[in-house]
Amino acid sequence: MDILNGLVTFLNFVFVPGLAYGAQLALGALGVTLVYAILRFSNFAHGDTMAFGTMATILVTWAMQSAGISFGVLPTALLALPFGIAATALFVLATDRVVYRFYRHQKAAPTIMVIVSLGVMFVMNGLTRFIIGVGEQNFSDGGRFLITAGEFKTATGLAEGLAVKTTQALTVVVAVIVVALLFWFLQKTRTGKSMRAFSDNEDLALLSGINPDRVVAVTWVLAAALATIAGVLYGLDKSFKPFTYFQLLLPIFAAAIVGGLGSPIGAIAGGFVIAFSEVTVTYAWKKVVTYLVPDSMAPDTLLQLMSTDYKFAVSFSILILVLLFMPTGLFKGKSV
Amino acid sequence: MAEPFLIGEAMTGGYGAADILHDCTIAVEKGQIAVIVGPNGAGKSTAMKAVFGMLSLRGGKVRLAGEDITALSPQARVARGMAFVPQNQNIFTTMTVEENLEMGAFLRRDDIRTTMAQVFDLFPILRDKRAQVAGELSGGQRQQVAVGRALMTQPQVLMLDEPTAGVSPIVMDELFDRIIEVARSGISILMVEQNARQALNIADKGYVLVQGANRFTDTGAALLADPEVRRSFLGG
Repeated sequence: MDILNGLVTFLNFVFVPGLAYGAQLALGALGVTLVYAILRFSNFAHGDTMAFGTMATILVTWAMQSAGISFGVLPTALLALPFGIAATALFVLATDRVVYRFYRHQKAAPTIMVIVSLGVMFVMNGLTRFIIGVGEQNFSDGGRFLITAGEFKTATGLAEGLAVKTTQALTVVVAVIVVALLFWFLQKTRTGKSMRAFSDNEDLALLSGINPDRVVAVTWVLAAALATIAGVLYGLDKSFKPFTYFQLLLPIFAAAIVGGLGSPIGAIAGGFVIAFSEVTVTYAWKKVVTYLVPDSMAPDTLLQLMSTDYKFAVSFSILILVLLFMPTGLFKGKSV
Repeated sequence: MAEPFLIGEAMTGGYGAADILHDCTIAVEKGQIAVIVGPNGAGKSTAMKAVFGMLSLRGGKVRLAGEDITALSPQARVARGMAFVPQNQNIFTTMTVEENLEMGAFLRRDDIRTTMAQVFDLFPILRDKRAQVAGELSGGQRQQVAVGRALMTQPQVLMLDEPTAGVSPIVMDELFDRIIEVARSGISILMVEQNARQALNIADKGYVLVQGANRFTDTGAALLADPEVRRSFLGG
């Protein structure tokens, strides 16, 4: 019984939150990796693209809520999501037209593009704060829990409860659907294949008659969609605050690099590696361990390796280790 | 004599300020094989790229079927029926053989299956390896993928930049046989070759370039028989 209780505690506080967080990071990292593969630079504005997309979705959600539109047990934000994606895609395409295209035609070095994206990041960052404010926004509605801790305890008779939030389940389900669609698109469709060809060998893609402007535009739309979906899921699961999204850039880049920049599978794997490392390192294991070891050995400290305030140190350390010892990442991406 | 099907006439130009090509003329007739040979640094590949529009000419014209295409981009020339196989990085290494061929036919909206079957008939090994990632193939097989990709546009002219670079002599003979076969199907072939003797053997027309200018131009057989060409460029 104690072992079961320990397991449930682990699932409740480590596995389920880690899974949801990992799915959010994976979606974010997929956007970063796609832009890197096709446009050949690290897009520092991705975190703020997530913030912008989430903001757009929140605004539409509020409009829907005040109009009395709801989605039953599911959050209204899901209905607003397509509008948020469309707004973000338009914004990102406009940014490309006004900013990135100029440097692309100059054949600017990737380092220059990175700094350009940094500038775009500050503009998007400011714009988002200007429109929705710097404070925290909660826009989640619908059913709160799929299973509450209380229901779980009554159903199983265990002392520990396992709570699964609707948003956590939703995150995982949406992430699976989005990833499946993305891979289908890249592997099976003409446009998807042309994107892979462009990523693989740009000159030969041009010789084959692949239109680079179209490939770039489709990439931006995909990146905007992935960023918005990731941002909205993260916001539903936790809450929306522009600064938090800016900070998400680090774990997202860590995830993309750990997996191998330019590799979609790597981005997904990297997302979960980073998420679970962060959660396991910052979790206080006392409760789980107390269930698993005999009473005499019960720990009297929290058994927390690192305070949650330092969670970014985890992604940062992993990032440095990977760059030092495995620069191409787990799935043989391009070295940075 | 009627104008050749494809001609780069009196081409002068280079990548930067300095010219590499000086008044250089390269041409190929319908269904024939023209070969550009010459010492290292003679501008062979540059001449080929100039014909394909990959560098801007300061002088001279390129005409395809009598039409001036000097101002067209390489992509536009692909649409006009020209296909180019670069010397390096001429396949999509992370994609399967079949996907490489599909990408070659990217501009086409019609059914590409017959063309793909023709490519597989020409290079049977590719049919067996169609689902394999092209980057895992041997050097000779990669060249077959590269040529196959170019053929997927159903070009009228196929341009090959050193198709036999880095492959074994046996594979080279095999590739040359295939190239003759392609020419017999009515496609004009213009190629740059490091293996001058073998290339001139199969050439209808040969161009010996030196320092970006035409030194000798004749039929392949005549060039092979010319004692001066033999002594200077074919090693006796």
